[in-house]
Amino acid sequence: MPQVTLTVNGKTSTVEVEGRTLLVELLREKLGLTGTHVGCDTSQCGACVVHVDGNSVKSCTMLAVQADGSSVTTIEGLAKADGTLHPMQEMFREHHALQCGFCTPGMVMAAVDLVAKNPQGLSEEQIRHGLEGNLCRCTGYHNIVKAIDAAQPLMHAK
Amino acid sequence: MYDFGYTKPSSLADAVAALAGDDEAKALAGGQTLIPVLKQRLNKPTKVVDLSKLGLSGITVTGDSVTIGAMTNHATVAASADVKRAIPALAALAGGIGDIQVRNRGTIGGSMANNDPSACYPSAVLALGATITTNKRSISADDYFQGMFTTALEAGEVITSVTFPVPAKAAYIKFKNPASRYAMVGVFVANGPKGVRVAVTGAGQGGVFRHTGAEAALSKSWSPASLDGVSISPDNMNSDIHASAPYRAHLVGVVTKRAVAAAG
Repeated sequence: MPQVTLTVNGKTSTVEVEGRTLLVELLREKLGLTGTHVGCDTSQCGACVVHVDGNSVKSCTMLAVQADGSSVTTIEGLAKADGTLHPMQEMFREHHALQCGFCTPGMVMAAVDLVAKNPQGLSEEQIRHGLEGNLCRCTGYHNIVKAIDAAQPLMHAK
Repeated sequence: MYDFGYTKPSSLADAVAALAGDDEAKALAGGQTLIPVLKQRLNKPTKVVDLSKLGLSGITVTGDSVTIGAMTNHATVAASADVKRAIPALAALAGGIGDIQVRNRGTIGGSMANNDPSACYPSAVLALGATITTNKRSISADDYFQGMFTTALEAGEVITSVTFPVPAKAAYIKFKNPASRYAMVGVFVANGPKGVRVAVTGAGQGGVFRHTGAEAALSKSWSPASLDGVSISPDNMNSDIHASAPYRAHLVGVVTKRAVAAAG
């Protein structure tokens, strides 16, 4: 069986997988990081978004073997060790950007990548476009967009 | 997903050797089509040959051409200052494929090898008269596309890059399905070294095709108004729950005009 060595949230692991093992399966089932969710499993809903080498990807549409040698960040890796939330998490809480919470890990990870790559700032419309790969069936997106907008100055001030 | 053998060769020769002689082996580029297909058990490869370590990504821009390595992802093309300067329509097209996460993984080589009838890239390749380079040869866009999901690629042949001549004017407009965001009709218009060319994706039963009626009209006068009265037959258009063939034929006219207006 193939072996995969990858760094997840700063910790390096070597794991035996099958060729067909998805990255999200490795994260959830081998490493116990169940914050990353599987929603549609058809590459559309974005509940499984994580960062691989600094880019947001759908971990249900990437093989674990493709992540060999990569650095992965999941929702569990965003907050500081002392529990201080990432500004995006804090703004999701502040603006009530979730109801059932199922899509939230993917929303937050997608939003962090979106804001980090656009230091010039994003309009409301650009934020909405940037969330095309993430579906939420509860909120109607309004508070998610507000939270991301509010997180922009906090993230860029760092 | 059925299980499969997996190999990640470190040279093009090794990748070609791994694919050769095994009809059931599959090349893996960004995986944004192949992995969903495998998950649905629509394909059962004996092995998957990962092309990510062959050094096939990167962008080279000269005065009159843009060459994109086969494993270059859509996000990289969309963000490239060189591509934006040389062929802004191509950067914009790449930035409109799928969503951010798909663009971070999906590649031009994968899109071209798959030749999905609704994919965006084939329209740019055909309209600009690009050249597809493989481990064996160079293939002109006119020879490359051979119908839905069908290309001139032979078994075990691997795309290494795609070279686009820089046009004077070009634009791509996509009329998206509101749910999937695939092109119901996408039109790439170009006025470049290969002449006036108009390529349509998403609409045709045989995949991407050239809209010769629009090309003839635009060759006389490059303006949206010159397309007045130019129609296209619905005979070979796709018809599905999203759009009938006559509706798609109508959209081709509307979207072509919009593309010419956008190209300026």
